[in-house]
Amino acid sequence: MTRRIVLIFVFLLLLIPLRASAAGIAEREVLPNGMVILHVERTGLPIVKVSFAIKAGSVAEPPGKAGLANLTADLLNEGTATRSSKDISDAIEFVGGSLNTSGGADYITVTLSVLKKDVELGFDLLSDIVLHPAFSEEEIQRRKAIIKSSIIQQKEEPGTVASKAFLKAVFGDHPYGIPVEGTEESLDAITRQDIVDFHKTYYVPGNGIMAVSGDIDRKELHALLDRFFGGWKGREVAARPLPVLRKGDGPRVIKIQRDITQANVILGHLGISREDPDYYAVSVMNYILGGGGFASRLMDNIRDNKGLSYDVHSFYSTNKFGGFFEAGLQTKNGSANAAIGEILKEMQRIRTEPVSDKELNDAKAYLTGSFPLRIDSNSKIAGFLVAVEYYRLGLDYVDKYKTFIDAVTKDDVLRVAKKYLDPKDYVLVVVGNLEKASLRY
Amino acid sequence: MKKAAIIFSLLFVLLCPHGAGALNLKEYTLDNGLKVLIAEDHKAPTATFQIWYRVGSVDEKIGKTGLSHLLEHMMFKGTAAHGPKSFSQAIQRAGGMDNAFTSREYTGYFELLASDRIGLPIELEADRMRNLILTPKAVLSERDVVMEERRMRYEDDPQNMLHEEVVATAFKDHPYRWPVIGWMSDLKGLDPDDLIAHYKTYYAPNNAVIIVVGDVDSAQVLAKIKESFGKIPRGPEIKEAHIREDAQYGEKRVYVKKEAELPYILLVYKVPDIKDQDGYALDVLAGVLSGGKSSRLYNSLVYEKQIALSAWASYEGLYRDPFLFYAAATASRGKKIEDVEKALLDELENIKKDPPSEREVQKAKNQIEGSFIMEQDSIYMQARTIGSFEMIGGWRLVDKYLEGIRKVTPGDVQRVAAKYLVADRKTTGILIPEGEGKSDGE
Repeated sequence: MTRRIVLIFVFLLLLIPLRASAAGIAEREVLPNGMVILHVERTGLPIVKVSFAIKAGSVAEPPGKAGLANLTADLLNEGTATRSSKDISDAIEFVGGSLNTSGGADYITVTLSVLKKDVELGFDLLSDIVLHPAFSEEEIQRRKAIIKSSIIQQKEEPGTVASKAFLKAVFGDHPYGIPVEGTEESLDAITRQDIVDFHKTYYVPGNGIMAVSGDIDRKELHALLDRFFGGWKGREVAARPLPVLRKGDGPRVIKIQRDITQANVILGHLGISREDPDYYAVSVMNYILGGGGFASRLMDNIRDNKGLSYDVHSFYSTNKFGGFFEAGLQTKNGSANAAIGEILKEMQRIRTEPVSDKELNDAKAYLTGSFPLRIDSNSKIAGFLVAVEYYRLGLDYVDKYKTFIDAVTKDDVLRVAKKYLDPKDYVLVVVGNLEKASLRY
Repeated sequence: MKKAAIIFSLLFVLLCPHGAGALNLKEYTLDNGLKVLIAEDHKAPTATFQIWYRVGSVDEKIGKTGLSHLLEHMMFKGTAAHGPKSFSQAIQRAGGMDNAFTSREYTGYFELLASDRIGLPIELEADRMRNLILTPKAVLSERDVVMEERRMRYEDDPQNMLHEEVVATAFKDHPYRWPVIGWMSDLKGLDPDDLIAHYKTYYAPNNAVIIVVGDVDSAQVLAKIKESFGKIPRGPEIKEAHIREDAQYGEKRVYVKKEAELPYILLVYKVPDIKDQDGYALDVLAGVLSGGKSSRLYNSLVYEKQIALSAWASYEGLYRDPFLFYAAATASRGKKIEDVEKALLDELENIKKDPPSEREVQKAKNQIEGSFIMEQDSIYMQARTIGSFEMIGGWRLVDKYLEGIRKVTPGDVQRVAAKYLVADRKTTGILIPEGEGKSDGE
């Protein structure tokens, strides 16, 4: 009950600009075994949502084993010491809940969604799949085959083809440039022993961040944690050293032929880490450039004024150990040159001319004013809390975010545009009918 | 994405937990015929405002398909009172998000924002209901955008293209047969005057429903709605077309040959909509076949036989007229689509021969009820569900629907499978991959 009141209190403060508060969005504690717990009690609906992140993403993979982290996460709910794959899915699906795993570069995530009455079953299954996965040879072969088929299927999605080629060119050998699911060849190189060792090393409580939001109080949560995670041991593992990220030297253009009607264009380069202090100024700058939907320059120019594309966007993807900037669109093959030219023009413009007062104020008003929408459900809160912990944003982040965004000036926008946008040393990927596109680039 | 969300299918992601009348919804109708539905939900200080018009691709004609969806795009172009391009900017400036969706039977617009700012979308939506500026030049420019959208979603997506072909083959005379986005040839030949007439006919208070869900006071919101919308005059009555698809005689088959990697099969069967008694058992049947990894299609085709990358089924019952039951699978690498088709049909035959177990049926029912409750985590989804039922026959169908689901027995599931999953109701579509992309490197 009290958690909910604190949460609403924080929201109210958000809407009253001049007040500041150190009130936390959630209760945080570190269990004796090192696991970090973030908890918000919300009693409006009889459900519980758990987002459990484990620092065992692809950045922790040994060289030559691309896809190991994702495959390990994928196999968690394919059988444990005491339950078969089907036992697990049948148990959670019978109560109308869900228990899913997903790979990632920085961390993997296990999400649990259950009605309150089934929360004990949910924690039992959650703990079993994370602590005691069986990794049977049969299930490993099965999942490898499925992942390989889906890698093949991705080749019929031009946007995915473009994105993979782009990340590879931008990040090179760095794990961020390698697909989390690996490649057909790298999956062949992964043995059961690799998976067992990876799990043993990285699936430890010191690497775990668990966010719980919903109709569960502190006492109930503690009882479940004691019972299902109390015996789990292991300290946080130091991150593996990663290759140094290097900028390109002049434009690099990758053209991929497909017999399709549109050119799928991605143009971009290295960006910033989520923990970079310039994150907030970059957020404002990118909103104006191509992140703000219909309020953005790229959309206004390329879609609204020229009718060249349906989806035009730009974003900074920010991870723990680096990130990238991308501007992307799809346009009929014959318009590719024109559309690419407009992207470069807008990148150049925001680097050389200050944005208008209206653009700056609108961007800030949206970024701060939309914050309540980012945390208005149990699912969103659980996901948000994991990010707050992992990227060390602080439990007062809801307040701090507003302060950081409000402080951004036109000079900041110009400065970060100059620093983090590069209309010369970029990677350009075009997937489409190259004959019809006859690219100038 | 913005102005994007064409609804292909409505998942049964519904709301309201146990028991009858759990839906805490207030209904009002203004003098001009505008219906207003308000559900207070105080879990977070946010709200959604949605306005749904009873117009979609079923209201279009051969040769002029895609008008409803293009009009949805045009609704963001501006009015005399609020200049060009200002709609989304005003909402975003208030910290809100806005978007819209078009289906075969309705077109919806929504905003999500801090609940104390709910007055803004009310004012803006009232303005654009009648006062949109539609110039031929702007219409044709946005038509180009929709053609790009069509290229992205259909022309260059082989599975989606197959879906389009299968539905166009399954229906002979019902307007369900053409896609919501419209055929490319119709978009090319579009006459802006048709679009303007479409707007004038269908965008009127007596053809719309407002849905508000969130941290609001019903009386206050209703007063604001009356203030902004109450003065808009009622439009001429719109006749609801009742179209019946003629009987089908024998299975239909269609092939799409496109650059693709894996073969894909889609079976569709003509089935009644959710207002029919058999609708509940059809929905449970879809759950038994396709409700997660423990369900029959995944277990058989993906897990045991390992011939499919994915396999699923879905009952599409949230329509005014009878629509379709889908069953589909993507072949794994190196597997023959003929074998996948046989495995898929075998699973359907199994259920026709022997009823599913009590546990399987109970599981499917629990999943439907569970998703009703889970959906209430999101104010947006609550409003979407209310709207989806309202458009096909009234939001009170939600309660009736849940009661109906609870009564379904294994015998019912077997009976509807035997009755509807038959060749004379079936259209089979197969995607045959052709060609292969080549990388030119740098």
